[in-house]
Amino acid sequence: MTTATTDAATREQLLDMQRRMHEIRFFEDITKDWFSRSLVRGSTHLGQGQEAVSVGVTSALREGDTTTCTYRGHATVLAQGAPLDRAFAEILGKEQGLCGGKGGSMHLTDLSVGALGSFAIVGAHLPVSTGAAWAAQLLGTGAVSATFFGDGAANIGTFHEAMNLAGVWKLPVLFVLENNLYGEYSPIATTTANTDLRVRADTYGMPGIRVDGNDVEAVLEVARQAVERARAGGGPTLIEAMTYRQSGHSRSDPAAYRPPGELDEWLARDPLLVAARRLGELGVSEAELDAVRDRAQETVRAAADRALAWDEPAADRRFDDVWETR
Amino acid sequence: MSTDTLTPGLVRINYRKVIARALADELATDPTVVFLGEDVGVAGGAFKATEGLKDRFGDRVRDTPISEQAIVGTAVGAALMGLRPVAEIMFADFAGVCFDQIVNTLAKYRYTTGGQAKVPVTIRMSNGAGSGFGPQHSQAAENWFLNVPGLKIVVPGTVEDLYGLLRSAIRDNDPVLVFEHKNLFALKGEIPAEPDDSFIVPIGVADVVRAGDDVTVVATQQMRHRAVQAADLLTAHGISAEVIDPRTLVPFDMETVRASLAKTSRLLVVQEGPPDGGWGATLVARTAAENFELLDAPPRLLACDPTPVPYSGPLEDAWLPDAQRIADAAERLVDY
Ligand SMILES: Cc1ncc(C[n+]2csc(CCOP(=O)(O)OP(=O)(O)O)c2C)c(N)n1
Ligand SMILES: [Mg+2]
Repeated sequence: MTTATTDAATREQLLDMQRRMHEIRFFEDITKDWFSRSLVRGSTHLGQGQEAVSVGVTSALREGDTTTCTYRGHATVLAQGAPLDRAFAEILGKEQGLCGGKGGSMHLTDLSVGALGSFAIVGAHLPVSTGAAWAAQLLGTGAVSATFFGDGAANIGTFHEAMNLAGVWKLPVLFVLENNLYGEYSPIATTTANTDLRVRADTYGMPGIRVDGNDVEAVLEVARQAVERARAGGGPTLIEAMTYRQSGHSRSDPAAYRPPGELDEWLARDPLLVAARRLGELGVSEAELDAVRDRAQETVRAAADRALAWDEPAADRRFDDVWETR
Repeated sequence: MSTDTLTPGLVRINYRKVIARALADELATDPTVVFLGEDVGVAGGAFKATEGLKDRFGDRVRDTPISEQAIVGTAVGAALMGLRPVAEIMFADFAGVCFDQIVNTLAKYRYTTGGQAKVPVTIRMSNGAGSGFGPQHSQAAENWFLNVPGLKIVVPGTVEDLYGLLRSAIRDNDPVLVFEHKNLFALKGEIPAEPDDSFIVPIGVADVVRAGDDVTVVATQQMRHRAVQAADLLTAHGISAEVIDPRTLVPFDMETVRASLAKTSRLLVVQEGPPDGGWGATLVARTAAENFELLDAPPRLLACDPTPVPYSGPLEDAWLPDAQRIADAAERLVDY
């Protein structure tokens, strides 16, 4: 391949990742607006600022690969390919929601695209991904599982159990640690004895790689290597993606616990800006970049409008899906 | 016993060893069945209940680290990808360690995803008191899970029921908890020499263990056998007790109990474990609410004391209702 065609391919892929990051960003803008207008019940956890982690990692996956993620999981499930309108509908508690309105914002799931679930119990999904990986190993499908979780989750038992099991069984898992420096309202240093989380990989016999989680190309690159290793039977990898959530933990948390200036520093390295700068270097014009953003906005708005028009579930539907047979 | 005459085509086997037979028959029938747990493979299980499976089925039988949360979560993930995992939790007491994975991940997966997910996971656990294992290895833990919709719960009390219900559990598309009572390990029974589907016991169907007219005694596992002994004692007093073993707690076969009460008008529930918040209390409450007009005496629960399970022989013996106490309680209902 000549440099020119390599550049063209890189540009196309990065443009596509940029489009998806924009869609996720707009999706959460609308979610936030709906929440402030009481259209969303309970709570919602936005991952704005962290989109590059999900988009970069899922871009290294292929059909048949799976993901699990947290209550802050809109980005991962959408990046895996779940439809925007049905994801919106789930957050609105609609009949046509991905989960028929049974799960809500914290439980977006679309098995048809390999998004095995969003989990509201910190760390609970790590062993689920090791299980999906075990099945892939036994059945010889070559499939890889990626599990996304936070820095806070590195202190819960399932993290250690799942990492150790995956390490000792050499399972094809990507442990994607989204280190956004906080667990709820607590800075990592106040909860974690050794804040260098990458070293946890050593303990469990797998490579640990730290990456700039706001640089989607960098994330894609480390994810590709980890996927290749996993598919070849080399076992799991821990990817520590350094990133930042631009809003509070949940609902209307103003995040007053953040030191002054910290947010601004991270906003200057917003994943959308980082990717836009790189696309500029690759010869993409401002106008083209604006067009990508505007199209994403239109797509997301149209999906939101569809979801708003859909039906509330009939009250009797609450009895469905507890057991298959009874 | 030399006087035993074995029915042709059947083999005599104990409650502990029938576990490996049931697992082997399902592993052999369905290539998607897999089995994982601590020391279940090479070592053949902490109770030697799963010997030979690793040799016969290789990678489909997997020894795990001491990681109960990972065992259950891994079973769930494998189930999502089309396998039919059986997970062993060595002692039911250890379910406390992976309670979250069972009640939040496993039980709710289907519901939370709006029916997208099927999680045919079976969890086997050794259960119950009577063999001196002390407070953290003796609990009858089935009641912990009773108010978690999404789970099915089976509590086999005989060799035949364990064989038939374990196979049903593995075939079931919903999560099933199978409690194996370790004080029944030496109990003998008969199962087919060759795998035979007619010996599969359906989930959700009670067994009328002994027919009677004067009082209905409902009991599971170890207590079911003591209830039968109690029924013998009651015969001497001219009382005919009907003994029902529900065999499955969720879904519960209320119909069989109701039909019995239509005849006897008296209900005694005998439950291993403390009295509060269990299937026994639920059965008494439901009977009072739904079948009050059938009753000639207040429905009664005979349970263990509200204490942890004590270690010492005399203490543990006193903690568990014996046949005499069951007979006395039944007699009081008849005399009411
Ligand atoms: C087992 C459990 N404990 C506590 C909580 C409450 N909780 C929800 S999110 C959260 C912080 C988790 O932090 P981290 O893993 O860093 O993920 P982040 O929210 O930053 O994405 C906590 C404590 C929970 N949901 N589950
Ligand atoms: Mg965090």
